[in-house]
Amino acid sequence: METLKKEVQEQKTSKSKKVTGAEAVIKCLLEEGVDLVYGYPGGAIMPVYDELYKYQDKLHHVLTRHEQGATHAAQGFARVTGKPGIVFATSGPGATNLVTGIADAQIDSTPMVCITGQVASHLLGSDAFQETDIVGISTPVTKWNYQITKASEIPEIIAKAFYIAKSGRPGPVLVDITKDAQFGELEFSYKKCEKIRSYKAVPSMELPKVKEAAALINAAKKPFIVWGQGVIIGEAEQEFKNFIEKTGIPSASTVLGLSALETKHPLNVGMVGMHGNYAPNVLTNECDVLIAIGMRFDDRVTGNLNTYAKQAKVIHFEIDPAEVDKNVKTDVAVLGNVKETLSKIMEYVNSSSHTEWLGEFHKLYQKECEVVINDQLTPTKVGLTMGEVLGQINKETNGDAVIVSDVGQHQMFACRYADFIKTRSNVTSGGLGTMGFALPAAIGAKMGVPNREVIAIIGDGGYQMTIQELGTILQTEAAVKIVVLNNSFLGMVRQWQELFFDKRYASTVMKNPDFVKIAEGYGIEANRVSDRKELAGAIETMIASKSSYFLEVVIEKEDNVFPMIPTGASVSDIRLS
Amino acid sequence: MEENQKFTVSVYTENNIGILNRLSAIFLKRHINIESMTVSRSEIDHVHRFTFVVIVTKAQISKVVGQLEKQIEVIRAFYHTEDEIIYHEIALFKISSEHLYNEKIQDKLKFRRAHIIAITERYFVIEASGLKEDIDNMYEKLRPFGLLQFVRSGRIAITRPKMAISELLQEIN
Repeated sequence: METLKKEVQEQKTSKSKKVTGAEAVIKCLLEEGVDLVYGYPGGAIMPVYDELYKYQDKLHHVLTRHEQGATHAAQGFARVTGKPGIVFATSGPGATNLVTGIADAQIDSTPMVCITGQVASHLLGSDAFQETDIVGISTPVTKWNYQITKASEIPEIIAKAFYIAKSGRPGPVLVDITKDAQFGELEFSYKKCEKIRSYKAVPSMELPKVKEAAALINAAKKPFIVWGQGVIIGEAEQEFKNFIEKTGIPSASTVLGLSALETKHPLNVGMVGMHGNYAPNVLTNECDVLIAIGMRFDDRVTGNLNTYAKQAKVIHFEIDPAEVDKNVKTDVAVLGNVKETLSKIMEYVNSSSHTEWLGEFHKLYQKECEVVINDQLTPTKVGLTMGEVLGQINKETNGDAVIVSDVGQHQMFACRYADFIKTRSNVTSGGLGTMGFALPAAIGAKMGVPNREVIAIIGDGGYQMTIQELGTILQTEAAVKIVVLNNSFLGMVRQWQELFFDKRYASTVMKNPDFVKIAEGYGIEANRVSDRKELAGAIETMIASKSSYFLEVVIEKEDNVFPMIPTGASVSDIRLS
Repeated sequence: MEENQKFTVSVYTENNIGILNRLSAIFLKRHINIESMTVSRSEIDHVHRFTFVVIVTKAQISKVVGQLEKQIEVIRAFYHTEDEIIYHEIALFKISSEHLYNEKIQDKLKFRRAHIIAITERYFVIEASGLKEDIDNMYEKLRPFGLLQFVRSGRIAITRPKMAISELLQEIN
């Protein structure tokens, strides 16, 4: 009976019927289970928007205030749900405005499907109104892209686009559709793409490599794990936890790996990298086996490669073969999906604990507390610190919120001080470092997980790069909490100017508008605090609010993020002050 | 520091618009100059073969080839050193017909891979093929006669090691 039902259903879905290309686009999205699209209409994509009007009960469109906002919202949605974010834009400037978000998604492996309108095919290459070569422009920053010039191509290409965006190491794809292809007709039938002959999404796991890795791990006296976003993308959080708990290995996260393991887990020794924790950075150069899991040895993680973990054997669990040996030479590369490889290695690793070695991390953590952390969380100076704002948010949310951070000092404070208890709770622009990311990304994140608290932590600089998305909040009533940490500086650049350019503050001083009035102008309840006594109450009020809320916190002007690995220095030369 | 050397990169791809752009972007991103490039169909139907020649370090080329291979429509990419391949280039020289019966030119044509492929009233065309040095030699020899036009192809190469693309495609399908 079940099979019969299935067959009937299959016949129904594959039954062809003439539709326009524009309608086919919508039907393809519905076939892929999409119910939310971010975008901005314009001439060359109007046929698709016209169909969207007919399908609005099934497919909800969020009108952002700028196409860049649409891409970041789609990224926020993708990062909290694991599903691809969908973006519509018109040709020309609509398409070029997507580029920053696409590049951000590419470097942070975020699945995204962008659909752009294009001038009619007979006008291609004629410099027609709003014509731009978006396929050419987006090639270096997309996992794949394609220009459709015939309506009949639409189902197959969109199916391919979804498969490529989601599978293996995810990424952004762009499908450019000429206006005549949108108006043209086709017999619609849809078949999900399951393979492409020239593309191997996940490399096959090699058992000998797993065993080799296990042997190294079993023999290690001072093993150390650095994990990245691969654990989250591969939905391997449980497998990862089982693995570290069995082996007892101290584990540190990259920026994008945060929240895969709860912050307070006894084996979680913090974050690596330029502004990461002291212990994991210093001890990277003392471990005997370094186990990298779903991370890519970014330069912000490794510091000077010539002095990075040279004493250690390196094991790299990785889905993308091109990442192996790219930056750090590995002794054993375990290719494959980490969910599979980590489950497999459990059969070969011994139960162990490394109490003394873990103790070394604790000792150095104490040192970091004394010099850095205590001053941030319980400051004695007059001005508010970014750390204490995060500390207060932790108290109010118990770590149960999605923290969406922008780029700069506040981002490093958010990553360092936010407590996480659930995966997919840290959304930030890691690889590209896109200022302006957080506000739209938080809108997308809130729509992805409407029942969770979503808090955007943004600096006064980045906030003004995409501040227009307050209009999207006004229109959609997305209950995003916005915290602007205002030090009236482009703080991270100022910090570098202070440390490396003799305090020559070239163009980093910000004369800012009245942010509270602006938020209120968009109908968002807003508040400003500059006094420590009011901070806890203000954050409590913000969290208690059922709708969107804006809180500006006036921060000590010239505070710095420490520890810090200066550019070109070794991880073990990390500075505490 | 590792020495730069000449590598021949062979890339088997689907025959789609835009692949060239995608592949050349990978060299561009790393600030690598492409010395020569040839594209043609390959031994397999609907599969194209790009042959790039670049001068880089071994470490660089292995990363570049990893990135090339990662592109969705690239089936496989390989890199080879000079001794792992058999390669040729082809060149055409257009020369004024007044020199056609010049003995010195006839002399040059004794090189076994050079011959005249077209003769008109005003000019004739010599085709030569061989290693880069052979073509360079021929160029130097013919230049005194006044070259009306000169063009040379990129390198085409056959590898000594097996590349097994057909097997790979069968395995995938």
